[in-house]
Amino acid sequence: MDLVETYGEELRFARKPLARTLLILLLVALALLPWWGPRGWLTRASLVWLFAVGVIGQNLLIGYAGQISFGQAGFLAVGAYTFGHLRIAGIPFPLALAGAGAAAGLAGWLVGFPSLRLKGPYLAIATLGFGTATYQIFANVEWLSGGRAGLAIPALQPPFGLVRDTWVYLLYYAIFLLFTGTAYNLVSSYLGRALVAVRDSDIAAESMGVSLSRTKLLAFAISSFYTGVSGALMAQYLGHLEPQAFNISESMNFFVAVIVGGLASVEGSIFGAAFVVLVPALLGGFRWAVPVLFGSAILSVLILEPLGLAGLWLKTRLYFRLWPFR
Amino acid sequence: MSQLLQYTLSGLSAGSLYAMVALGLVLIYRSTRVLNFAHADLATVGTFIAFSMIKAGMPFWLALGTAIVAGAAVAVVFYFAALVPAQRKGAGHLGQVILTLGLALILQGLTVYQWGAEPDRFPFPLSDTKVWQVGPVFVSELSLGTLAAAAAASLVLFLVTQKTRLGLAMRATSENLQAAQTLGIPTRGVLAFAWGAAAALAVVAGVFLAPVLLLDPFFMLDALYKGLAAAVLGGLNSLPGAVLGGLLLGVAESVGGAYVSLEFKTSLAFILIVAVLLVRPEGLLGKEFQERV
Repeated sequence: MDLVETYGEELRFARKPLARTLLILLLVALALLPWWGPRGWLTRASLVWLFAVGVIGQNLLIGYAGQISFGQAGFLAVGAYTFGHLRIAGIPFPLALAGAGAAAGLAGWLVGFPSLRLKGPYLAIATLGFGTATYQIFANVEWLSGGRAGLAIPALQPPFGLVRDTWVYLLYYAIFLLFTGTAYNLVSSYLGRALVAVRDSDIAAESMGVSLSRTKLLAFAISSFYTGVSGALMAQYLGHLEPQAFNISESMNFFVAVIVGGLASVEGSIFGAAFVVLVPALLGGFRWAVPVLFGSAILSVLILEPLGLAGLWLKTRLYFRLWPFR
Repeated sequence: MSQLLQYTLSGLSAGSLYAMVALGLVLIYRSTRVLNFAHADLATVGTFIAFSMIKAGMPFWLALGTAIVAGAAVAVVFYFAALVPAQRKGAGHLGQVILTLGLALILQGLTVYQWGAEPDRFPFPLSDTKVWQVGPVFVSELSLGTLAAAAAASLVLFLVTQKTRLGLAMRATSENLQAAQTLGIPTRGVLAFAWGAAAALAVVAGVFLAPVLLLDPFFMLDALYKGLAAAVLGGLNSLPGAVLGGLLLGVAESVGGAYVSLEFKTSLAFILIVAVLLVRPEGLLGKEFQERV
């Protein structure tokens, strides 16, 4: 008998021993990817992991807290450039990563202030303004962006005689696991419930004793911390920073990932990140088809399966749980 | 002083374009509470259709008319084929906004596929370089035409919404959807008309913007963001607010670009808007629909 007794248990990703074993097997297989997968997959998978961190952050804000932000590329840029400058100054990788997250988180906290008064479309425009302003600042202030030549970031030195791609992959995978685990914990904590309460009805949440301003600002800060870290990882991955990498279409990519993956779902964010990274890679030569496919995916998700890939995954699991009876 | 006047005038001309974009956005927001992010791409598709027809030797006005009809048709089809089914599925405001993003992406990809990403010059009957002197300021034929087009569009929209039965139905639908349905107003048709009219406005704005810039699949994006900002500045559910917001934004941008900083003129405009919103969260003339607890 499958009896769920507590909210925490309801949210747990893998409850039964079989599911837990399968999950651990999958995680181990992914950790060993460099030793069994083709080379080309490795860089692509690293890209999925770094995207997933950012998408989870975006999903915490849009899916859980219900605050729209079109300024995601701005936080990405803040994280990436902070990371770049810290690395060039000779700060070691983990500290630079934390610094990038902290800088983006601070920016998010500041951008969160308008969210205390603005709602829905008005907030979307205010955050869009932040994204545009950040892009213009990085495009026009030479000492920040490194001018025309861009900003070159020192490459990682792999320890234990590993190949660099392998080391990058393992590092990104570990960081991804850390942030995913944190997100799962966050969502099932008091803060996670407060975020959902604010999303569903801010007036009701406030009258139940949830501090609106604290929750909203925290949502912005945490989400942009994630996005900043994702930006830093992207900076390290690219090895070279130009402001053009952080225009508005980058924000859109994150948006598509959140929607296609499924709002308010951590595993959905991972599916969504994989979708936006892998689909363009599959399409290769047909660049014009990428937006068409993204757009069609959004339309079909909202019309056919509002919970996105996560909803599809849930239904599949439910189907097999009852199989062969239904 | 005459310089300031000159900057104000060029700001007004740019602002009237923003106002046209903002009018379309407000029209859609008022009726369906959806922020239309596909507005730029609807305009782009329409402008490219006009471009192809002019290239094929059609007279300008015929091409413009066809483009407007085509843009409106795309919007109406989108309303019935995507928005209505999604509403039946229970998509919220956020979901519907995201649907328009989906439409934007699809149209963008198809435009690149059909017309390529290289910029083209848009042949336009009004010239950018022919200039008249009015008192202390100079005004080009094109910016005069833009101002006239925006004024005409606002006037027509005003007459339609305030003086016709259709306009009355539109206002009733935007005020209270259920009540309008109960009273026998065909709300689906009214909302579809709002979408079509908004797309038509967007195409007009696109055709008048194309000769200023070069025509490429992304030429309307900047105007969309400005239009959104203008609509928010004026108040998202106020049609006069959209015009006021557009003109204010245009002038602020032009004057700010001239006297403060040219690189950051877009940022300046957005900072202005955030400042206004912090004081008046519903825009200058907006009155947001009150929410019942």
